Amino acid sequence: MPHKRSLIAIPAWNEQDSIAEVIAKVQEHRPDTDILVVNDGSTDRTAEVSLAAGATVISLPFNVGVGGAMRTAFLYAKRENYTALVQVDADGQHDPADLDRLLAGLGTADIVVGTRFHPDSTYHVGGPRRWAMVLLSKTLSTMNREVISDPTSGFRSAGPRAIDLFAVEYPADYLGDTVGSLAIAIRAGLTVSETPVTMYFRQHGRPSKNAVWSALYLGRASLAIIATGLKSGRTPRGDDS
Amino acid sequence: MTSNFLAGFTAVVTFVFVFYLLRRGILREKYAVLWLFFSGAALFFAIFPSVLDRISFAIGIATPVNLLFFVTVVLLILVSVQLSYELSRHEGRIRRLAEEVALLQQQINSLGEKDENGSNDSH
Repeated sequence: MPHKRSLIAIPAWNEQDSIAEVIAKVQEHRPDTDILVVNDGSTDRTAEVSLAAGATVISLPFNVGVGGAMRTAFLYAKRENYTALVQVDADGQHDPADLDRLLAGLGTADIVVGTRFHPDSTYHVGGPRRWAMVLLSKTLSTMNREVISDPTSGFRSAGPRAIDLFAVEYPADYLGDTVGSLAIAIRAGLTVSETPVTMYFRQHGRPSKNAVWSALYLGRASLAIIATGLKSGRTPRGDDS
Repeated sequence: MTSNFLAGFTAVVTFVFVFYLLRRGILREKYAVLWLFFSGAALFFAIFPSVLDRISFAIGIATPVNLLFFVTVVLLILVSVQLSYELSRHEGRIRRLAEEVALLQQQINSLGEKDENGSNDSH
């Protein structure tokens, strides 16, 4: 059996201001892991800063979105024989202290999603965005053995079977990198579980979302889930072949 | 008569233009053939409009030109869908290539580092 190795994958698009701190925190908390920054066509100094911070850097020639960046990370993980991959955001909203539980959870599941919805969480959303998340959660949960309360979370880990799958197929469409990938995994017979994580507010936040944006989000979220997996419905858990 | 002349003229111009693009290697055959066929059909109906009348009558369409419009719209929709399909496929392939290029670039860089370390060790 190959030696167990874990890869922390950070998709980054123009994150030169926050990436070094994220890398440093991960190194401090889990010095046993390797750190990969997938530089998704940044026009700033993200690649240089990440290299200087001690990460391995893969630079995509142009921006392909989180889905493309993550498939690149999974391809790398597969070719370099990593047995676990944790996706961490480059903007510092994820707490590296949660890495332990995300990695430990892989002992019993193929994918562990860090959920931002739990009693101690300070993370709240409302309005159409909230409805969309509930809808997505309910739909995915009926396909999976366990409840997935936060399918749009980008803080998640993947075991060897998930790495094999995602190296080949990882959706690049809107929400595909989060919701779509889970639907693909469940359909392929992989098991998904979740663990509570802490969510920090974005330092360099996105522009505020208005009603039209929220409605669009709801619509596209529904489309994403219909497109990726409902047709085959509940899939029994496959074997390791 | 003038409308038939206009239709025929347009069909001929389209045919010649597409053929020119094909010969110059700007259009690929699989797309050019379709447009050549369309303009050929348009030319045929411009020269023999009575054929269109008879087909319309046979399938129960009172105004022959409606048949023409209907068929044209359907064909254009089909072509648009086909182009969207080709475009999606190409975007997927370009993304895949970008990923491979990025991985190869990283591999080259890491080989370069190993090389430097190796020569340092031997000195």
